[in-house]
Amino acid sequence: MNPAMNAGLNAGMAPVGTPWFFYVLAGLAVASGLAVITRRNAVHSALALIVTLLSVACFYLMLYAPFVAGVQIIVYAGGIMVLFLFVIMLVNIERSSKDRQFNRMWPVGLAAACALLALFLGALAKGKALLNDPITGKALWPDPVNKLAESSNTQQVAAMLYGDGGRMGEYTFAFEIASLLLLVAILGAVIMTKKKI
Amino acid sequence: MAEITTLHYLVVAAALFVLGVIGVLTRRNVVIVLMSIELILNAVNLNLVAFSRMWGNLHGQLFSIFIVVDAAAEAAVGLGILIAFFRNKETINVDEIDLLKW
Repeated sequence: MNPAMNAGLNAGMAPVGTPWFFYVLAGLAVASGLAVITRRNAVHSALALIVTLLSVACFYLMLYAPFVAGVQIIVYAGGIMVLFLFVIMLVNIERSSKDRQFNRMWPVGLAAACALLALFLGALAKGKALLNDPITGKALWPDPVNKLAESSNTQQVAAMLYGDGGRMGEYTFAFEIASLLLLVAILGAVIMTKKKI
Repeated sequence: MAEITTLHYLVVAAALFVLGVIGVLTRRNVVIVLMSIELILNAVNLNLVAFSRMWGNLHGQLFSIFIVVDAAAEAAVGLGILIAFFRNKETINVDEIDLLKW
């Protein structure tokens, strides 16, 4: 590893982007996530969801995960969202966009979700106050150990998925099972959308 | 501004997760409910990748790739069910999906 790369790796948590960049992305992700669940027109919701997915992909880049960021853009923003847009155009959106958008129990749902958010934030605040795990004595959120190399990320992911030097990777079996899951999903989707089985 | 730590990412992921939960619980349009589920899965992925960065190993990233596979399968089957349902009842409202009620 050359010295310049070492310097880059040791420069702290966010050498890929500045804190300012993080806050802009966080605001963008949350604002477009809010748009997803409030828009009347489902196409607008889908476009807002694409913005959220792209800002999460940028988060992955800031976290030294370029392969996951690429997968996010190609599979999510490129594949799944096209599927969603196709289905939105197949089903009749005109009727449902004139309808009432929220169900009758929406205040209960909103209150439950707010309680969940309070639970999450409370747990995170308690963890921040605790700093060390009471059982193991180790730090709960230790500083990053700076071992993730960005330039060889894809090779390392491939070694864990497919194996390295003739040995099976740690996740090779799970990877094959995932391909089986996708096969079942394809069959399910095709059979479900057939007119007559 | 202070340095960005793992906690910052956890807070953003919690916000995205709760937005998804609100969408699932309150919307009537099935397509938007499915999109809210995607939002929830993305929040989980963000957590996993942030923890992967924190511990300095790749297991979190591998898990998030498997979750993306899962999300693709779920979207395909869910939208297939939605099309089959729309063909039968001409509606995509969650409230009117009550064929199994008696």
